[in-house]
Amino acid sequence: MTLHVPSIHYLALLPIFIFFGAALVLMVASALSAKNFSPRLATSTTVLASVAVLVVTIAQWSYVAHHGATTTIAHALVFDDFSILATAVIAASMLLSALVAHDWAIRERVVGVDYHVLALAASAGAMVMAQANDLVVIFLGLEMLSLGLYVLVAFDRHRAASSEAALKYFLLGGFASAIFVYGAALVYGATGSTNVSSIAYFLGQNILLRPGLLYAGGALLLIGFAFKVAAVPFHAWSPDVYQGAPTPVTGFMASIVKVGAFAALIRVLLSALGTQMDTWRPILWALIALTCLLGAVVALVQRDLKRLLAYSSINQAGFMLLGVWSANVRGVAGTMFYVATYAPVVIATFAIVTVVGGVGDEHHSIEHYRGLARRQPWLGAALAVLLLSQLGAPLTVGFYAKYAVLVAALDAGGGALALIALLSAAIAAYFYLRFALTLYEESDHDDASRVAVPRASVVVIAVGVIVAVLFGLWPGPLATWAQHATLLFLP
Amino acid sequence: MNVPAAWYLVVGALLFGVGAYGLLTRRSALIMFMCIELMLNAVNLTFVTFSRTLSDVAGQASVFFVMVVAAAEVTVGLGIVVAVFRRRASTSIDEMSELHG
Repeated sequence: MTLHVPSIHYLALLPIFIFFGAALVLMVASALSAKNFSPRLATSTTVLASVAVLVVTIAQWSYVAHHGATTTIAHALVFDDFSILATAVIAASMLLSALVAHDWAIRERVVGVDYHVLALAASAGAMVMAQANDLVVIFLGLEMLSLGLYVLVAFDRHRAASSEAALKYFLLGGFASAIFVYGAALVYGATGSTNVSSIAYFLGQNILLRPGLLYAGGALLLIGFAFKVAAVPFHAWSPDVYQGAPTPVTGFMASIVKVGAFAALIRVLLSALGTQMDTWRPILWALIALTCLLGAVVALVQRDLKRLLAYSSINQAGFMLLGVWSANVRGVAGTMFYVATYAPVVIATFAIVTVVGGVGDEHHSIEHYRGLARRQPWLGAALAVLLLSQLGAPLTVGFYAKYAVLVAALDAGGGALALIALLSAAIAAYFYLRFALTLYEESDHDDASRVAVPRASVVVIAVGVIVAVLFGLWPGPLATWAQHATLLFLP
Repeated sequence: MNVPAAWYLVVGALLFGVGAYGLLTRRSALIMFMCIELMLNAVNLTFVTFSRTLSDVAGQASVFFVMVVAAAEVTVGLGIVVAVFRRRASTSIDEMSELHG
């Protein structure tokens, strides 16, 4: 008997290797060093790894342009423009959130390299999700991402809320993962494979006389993803976890989980189950309508900024799902553009929340932000711009992101759904604008101290604002990349 | 004795249901945690059964992945439970009131 070793395309795997390698190097180096490991060195390593991945993705992009997209390791991973763009967004998010975490760790006197090791491993998990071409591999990536995040959420030992949020996240996240993998098992039973392209091939060649098993499996997969992207009615964990987690971790979660989960969701729904579109689209329709509306309405009554942003991100997830529902090339590009621009904007927003939160990471009530723009004009204006971008105001990148997914939905005949999404955006506009105006109001306590903005956080906030404004005025290049980022297998 | 494959699937589905029901109704973090493990084992049983009926070894290979993930979840999950327990000497989730859902 001979053992067949599948061929491995190392260029495709390089980003994952770099992140895991950096995590291992940090772990070993901190174990070997006698003194406390310098936080500056730890952050530099993470930043260096992220920059290296960004450079590698450029090389990958040109490789795929010349040699075409392909699969590797016996079709378990896929190497196409879509996975490359998702990887680049994950690396950029990792870079930005590492800088925010650096300032936070110094302020809160968190020592050690643990944060960076966990964040790098979680990002590598998100990359595995983005590249996965097999339901079991998606499950592995999902768990690598989630296990890192559970610990990161529990990272703040001074606040009871942090560990409580972690427990809540862990129990519900574990539940969602079990549901997902049970769905994978049922789909395997129905189609004879867990491989995305094999499933698509099987469903294209055969008509199932009793499709119950496949439908049950597909529904469970969808529920698992809905948990991860916090779509209503599977969103209950997200406000609590967003509030309880250390603020830099919240920003990290809001960006990276969305990129990984949406990449894998698109791959499963469009590549694997594309032939069953007529079955899953009505379910997704209801999910999107609920997600958009509930996210926007419940956000109106929040008094805590982190909870407000959690509901806002639920609303945004509804818009991202809109592109998936469209199930056409435009929709995929729209969702990709949305996720890619939302990530830096939301990280920068949470960078400001981290800075304003002050020592102990406590001051997150909306009241605390009254008059921020009068005390610190630059910081207030930056926050206002970031909020306007999430609202989708013209001249910000959020406008084009919403426009892209709405047009895709209209193309796919989803007029009513697009209208519901627009309505939710109008409701959301109310609380974004109300909060932005709060920033410019007279404060009762004018002696409220100004907060110091550390240098690395300034960089992150500036990048977020530049992305929001620059791509808002000039969305061309990024939109072109997103359009090129097509899937290898489309029905 | 030859037991039809469908029975194994039914047992798997029942185990999964028991796990899901327990997770949603019990109030002790440790028991909820055990329920997740039960659900994952139901998944393993289902994978193995399908692997047998399809005469395909990939299903059995998937079981190892699920088992490894379950083991990793135990280490992380118990760590979090211990962290919470240290703070309030109880693992009942009813007593957690820092966050209002």
